[in-house]
Amino acid sequence: MESDALGWWGVPLAVIAGAIRVSTPFFFVSLGECVTERSGRINLGLEGTLVMGAMSGYGTACLSGSPWLGILAAGCAGGLFGILHALLCSLPRVNDIALGIALMLFGTGLAFFLGKPFIQPKAPGLPSIDLGWWSSLPQVRSALEVNVLFLAGIAAAPLLAWGFRNSRWGMIVRMVGDSSDAARAMGYSPDRVRLLATAFGGFMAGVGGSFLSLYYPGAWSESLSSGQGITAVALVIFARWNPLGCFWASLLFGGAGALGPALQSVGVTEGYYLFNAAPYMLTLLILILSSSSRRRLAGAPAELSVTR
Amino acid sequence: MVEAGGRRFEAMIEAFLPPVFAVFFSMALFGAFVALAGVDPIEVYRLMATGAFGSWFSVQNTLQRAAPLLLTALCTALPAQMGMVVIGGEGALVAGGLAAVASGLALSGLGLPVLLVQFAMALAAMAAGGAVICFAGMLRQMRGVNETISSLLLTYIVIAVFKQIVEGVMRDPASLNKPATRALPDSLMLGMLPGTDVHVGLLFGLLFCLFGYVLIYHTTFGFAARVVGGNPRAARLAGLPVGRLVLIVTALGGAAGGLAGMVEVAAIQGRASAALIAGYGFSGILVAFLARQNPLAVIPVAFLLGGIAASGGLLQRRLGLPDATVLVLQGILFVTLLASETLTGRFHLRRPTAEVKEA
Repeated sequence: MESDALGWWGVPLAVIAGAIRVSTPFFFVSLGECVTERSGRINLGLEGTLVMGAMSGYGTACLSGSPWLGILAAGCAGGLFGILHALLCSLPRVNDIALGIALMLFGTGLAFFLGKPFIQPKAPGLPSIDLGWWSSLPQVRSALEVNVLFLAGIAAAPLLAWGFRNSRWGMIVRMVGDSSDAARAMGYSPDRVRLLATAFGGFMAGVGGSFLSLYYPGAWSESLSSGQGITAVALVIFARWNPLGCFWASLLFGGAGALGPALQSVGVTEGYYLFNAAPYMLTLLILILSSSSRRRLAGAPAELSVTR
Repeated sequence: MVEAGGRRFEAMIEAFLPPVFAVFFSMALFGAFVALAGVDPIEVYRLMATGAFGSWFSVQNTLQRAAPLLLTALCTALPAQMGMVVIGGEGALVAGGLAAVASGLALSGLGLPVLLVQFAMALAAMAAGGAVICFAGMLRQMRGVNETISSLLLTYIVIAVFKQIVEGVMRDPASLNKPATRALPDSLMLGMLPGTDVHVGLLFGLLFCLFGYVLIYHTTFGFAARVVGGNPRAARLAGLPVGRLVLIVTALGGAAGGLAGMVEVAAIQGRASAALIAGYGFSGILVAFLARQNPLAVIPVAFLLGGIAASGGLLQRRLGLPDATVLVLQGILFVTLLASETLTGRFHLRRPTAEVKEA
C-alpha cells in the first residue's frame, strides 16, 4: 500500500493537514473575538454561538441544498447572538463574563433543540480547492485539499491587522476599548461600537461553526464542539489581541488538535483522548506562561474585564 | 434590634425580587418558545408541574436530581464570595466520581468496615475535585490567569483524562460498547433516606450548603473571604492572607463538586462511565447565580431546577419535545436572570428615608 511507504513521515504530514483543517474554526472565532475584545468586552458565549452556527449552517444547507446559504445563515445566527450579548451588556450592572456563560448554555441548548431533525440527513458539504495536484502521493494531495473558508481566514487576518492600525473604524474600536470616557468625549457611543464589534464577533463564530458541520468533521451532531469556542477566546489573550497572532496561534492549536487523529492513522491508539485534549493543555500552559500576577498583559485593551 | 432585623429581612426580599421576577419572565418567554414549536404552553407547564412535584414518585425524582446540583452549585457559589467566577463544576464532579470509584474498588477487598470505605471514597472525591478547582485558584493567585477560562479548560482536560482512564487502565473488560469501570460492590452503595427512595447524598448536599452558609456569613474566615471579594487591595492592606484564602475557598468549592461525583457514582450509577458527564456541573452554575451565590438560597433553587430536570422525561414522552427542551429553559432562565440584575436596587419595599443614614 502507498500509505505504508510513507510510514512515520505520515505523522507530521497528517499534523500539517490537520492543522489546516482543524484550525479554520479557531481562525474565525478568534478573529471575531479579537475585534470584540479590542472594543473592551469579552464574549465567552462564543462556545454556544459556534454550536448554534454549526446547527443553523447545516440545517440551512440541508433544506436549501446550498452550503453557501448555510454559511450565511450560520453567520447571521451568530450575529444575532452577538447582538443579544451586546444589548444586554449595555444595561447597567450586567456583567459580560457571566452573561457569556449564560449564552454559552443557552446557545448550546437551543442548537440541540432545533438541531434534532438534522442529525440524520446529509447536507451538501463545502467544496475544497485541490492545491496538491503536483504530487503523486495521496497523503500529500489530501493534506493540501484546502477549504475556501481557510483561505478567507488567511485573507481576513492581515486585513483586520491593517484595519486596526490604519482605518477609521479600527481606531474607533481601539479607542472604545482603551477608554470609553475618551470615546464618549469624542462623540462616539461605546455601547453602539461594542454592539457592532460583538455582532461581528458572533458572525465570525457562527461561520466558524458552519465549517465544523459542513466541512470537517462535516456532519451535525451534539458532540461537534467541545471547547473550541472557549479555546479560541483564550487564544486571543495569548495572541495579545493581534489578528496576525491569532492566525499563527490558530495554526498551532489546530496542529495540536490534529496530533491525536494523526497518530491514530499510523496505528498509535494509546492515549487517544489525551492527545485530543492537547489543544486545551496547550492553551492552559500558554496562559500560565504568558500571564503575570504583577502587571497587566502587554497590549491588553484597558477596558477589558478579564485582564484586570 | 428588631428594627434592624426587619430591615435586614426587607433588604433580603429586595435582593431576591429580581431573580423571582426573572423566573416568571423566563417562564413566559419559554411558553412563547414552545408555542412557536407547535406545542400548547399551558399543557407544557401542567406537565412540568406534574413531572416535578405532582406525585410522591416525581418529588423523589426531583430530590434525587437536586442532590448533585446542591453540591455543584457550591463549586461556583463559594469562590464567588471572593469575586471569582468559577465554572469548572463539571470537571470537579467528574474527577470526584472517578476518584471515588478508584478508591472504592481499591479498598473493597480489604475487609474494612463499609462506613470507613465510604468515608474514604468521599474524602478521595473531595480531594480530587478540590485539587482541580484549587489549581484554577492557584493559577489566578500566582500567575493572574483568569479563573473562568482556566476552570473551563481544566474541565475539558479532566474529562479527557477521565475517558482515557475509563477506557484504558480501569476498563471493565465486560463492558463492550459502553466502556465503564468495574462496578462498585453493592455493599458500598449509599443507602436511602428512611422511608424514601432518595439516597443519603441529598443529606450531604444539604449539610454542605449549611456548612457553606455558616462559614461564609458567621465566621471570621468567611468575613475575610467576603472582604477579599469586595476589595482585594483593601484586604491585602488590612493584612489578610489573600492567597491562602483564595486557595482554601476554591479547594472547598471543588471539594463540593467532587462530592457530587461521589454521590452520583455511589448512589445512582455504581460505576464510572461517560454517563457521569451529564451536565450537572453546568446546571450548578445556573443554580449558584439564581441563588445570588448564597449557599442557603442554593437549596430551594436546586430543588426548583431539579424539578425542571425531572420533568424533562415527561415532556419528551407525552409531547415529543426533544430532551434539550430543559436546556433551552435553563438557558432562557440564565440569560433573563442576568439581565434582571439591572433591576437590583430599583425595588424598594419602603421609600428610603433619612434614618437609613445612621449606618
